[in-house]
Amino acid sequence: MAYSIVEKCVKCHACAPACPNEAIYEATLHFMVDPKKCTECEGDFADPQCASICPIEGAILDGYKVVANPPGSLTGIPAEKFEEVMAEIQAR
Amino acid sequence: MELKVLGQEQESSGCSSGSCGSTDDQLSHLPDAIREKVHNHPCYSEEAHHHFARMHVAVAPACNIQCHYCNRKYDCANESRPGVVSELLTPDQAVKKTMAVAANIPQMTVLGIAGPGDPLANPERTFETFRQLSEKAPDIKLCVSTNGLALPAAVEELSKHNIDHVTITINTVDPEIGAKIYPWIFWNNRRIKGKKGAKILIEQQQKGLEMLAEKGILVKVNSVMIPGVNDKHLEEVSLIVKQKGAFLHNVMPLIAEAEHGTFYGVMGQRGPTHDELQTLQDACSGDMNMMRHCRQCRADAVGLLGEDRGDEFTMDKIEEMDIDYDAAMIKRAEIHAAIAHELEQKQKQPKESLVTLSSIKKETRPVLMAVATTGGGVVNQHFGHATEFLIYEANTTDVRFISHRKVEDLYCSGGDTCGDGETVLSKIIKVLDGCEAVICSKIGYEPWSQLEEAGIMPNGEHAMEPIEDAVAAVYKEMAESGALDESESNNELATA
Ligand code: SF4
Ligand code: SF4
Repeated sequence: MAYSIVEKCVKCHACAPACPNEAIYEATLHFMVDPKKCTECEGDFADPQCASICPIEGAILDGYKVVANPPGSLTGIPAEKFEEVMAEIQAR
Repeated sequence: MELKVLGQEQESSGCSSGSCGSTDDQLSHLPDAIREKVHNHPCYSEEAHHHFARMHVAVAPACNIQCHYCNRKYDCANESRPGVVSELLTPDQAVKKTMAVAANIPQMTVLGIAGPGDPLANPERTFETFRQLSEKAPDIKLCVSTNGLALPAAVEELSKHNIDHVTITINTVDPEIGAKIYPWIFWNNRRIKGKKGAKILIEQQQKGLEMLAEKGILVKVNSVMIPGVNDKHLEEVSLIVKQKGAFLHNVMPLIAEAEHGTFYGVMGQRGPTHDELQTLQDACSGDMNMMRHCRQCRADAVGLLGEDRGDEFTMDKIEEMDIDYDAAMIKRAEIHAAIAHELEQKQKQPKESLVTLSSIKKETRPVLMAVATTGGGVVNQHFGHATEFLIYEANTTDVRFISHRKVEDLYCSGGDTCGDGETVLSKIIKVLDGCEAVICSKIGYEPWSQLEEAGIMPNGEHAMEPIEDAVAAVYKEMAESGALDESESNNELATA
């Protein structure tokens, strides 16, 4: 099984040097994972490194093609709280 | 490590060390080694800043934290202008480019790495660039900006290079506030969210600051002022970082526009007004004079000699250049000596400016003015070419530099979609909010009338004059015309 990077990737470069297996490379449209090299970080780290440093929700999928960082997980604001937080921020 | 927590700090009532007295006294809170360095530093001495420039190379793409004011598609907002994507260079390319610019623009004395991510989150790329430059171009000083997370681990390596100063962006010392600015950090191979992450970041920043100060490396601290988040807190931050040895604390305004795609931009977080910013800057700075000079440093060497030279230094042109750096270094040394000599001569002249403000007899209120300049300490830029303005305050006794204001959208990378004359002008007018005059070498009829209408008097009569003299002269004129009599309100000036 392997992680993968999809088109939401903004090419920020953060994941590539973090990968213990040099499985990540820059392609034309976005970064990509070489599935033959990806070990899901098994044996190296408790968490998959690419998915732990990626700043973009939805850019990385796990081995089951499930989004590793779903909406709200990186901003810390779940969808149902969005309006509330927005109003609070705009009152500043 | 021991971290100073809010409230445990000594009372900031009265005069904190460094906030009054002469320039020398303002440095009294600094360790000797650092005070010695700052004292003769070209960037922080009177006058010199007009004559030198630094440039940035983008070699560090990755970042190890998320800031709510940053969109990772673009350059790091901590130091660079938002909206401009720099050309990512390899260390070899960066070294070549730096040496090419240095050989052709001798005023370039400092090379900075500021992104587009965090330089210290890309240690191989950053240090390879520094290593090569320390060896091949020892007359170039290096500087680096960082969010501080990886700083303690990098101090040893940094101390081996020709580092002029390190800039740390410190927006808070309180994890509670930090969690509102930094949603997560990447630390010890894990993503750590919220307050816990912010606490680690703060600890690393403070530890890094202390370690650098101990090594005698100059540290400048930048803070982004975010209304309703850290605005009330930055005065405290200022005290703490100066106490720990930062020689300069620089408060910058948050810039958040929805079209930048940042969290704050999208959520509608506002930036501070010019007034709020200035009030905080005044409250924060014990080392005001120094800070104001530093902020005038030309951040863009390629832009120093006019706008057209950037084209001369594209990567493919540089690849073809054959640079004899040894010869260039001799030439550079000569030119630097000539500048130093010129500065020395200037310093020998009596400090009085040509226009004596003391001759103004009546009580007049202080006025903000904007100046268009490409550097050299003189008014020498056409209004229509200005991509930033220097803001000065004049009163009956003094002319002082207040800040830079960038006309941000002129830098917009959108090319064809922006730059429509009318919008740009109205944006400039917004940028100049609070100013009552704008001094430039020349100005067209169209902007003239619109500026006048907005209560900002254009003035093109002081081309090539030293900025301070020009500002003083315009102030004197305004004062004598009665426009500044205390009873009058700001806006009446437009019609006066
Ligand atoms: S999961 Fe680990 S091994 Fe696989 S690409 Fe990401 S960082 Fe590399
Ligand atoms: S960290 Fe995420 S956004 Fe950045 S390059 Fe990797 S996949 Fe793309």
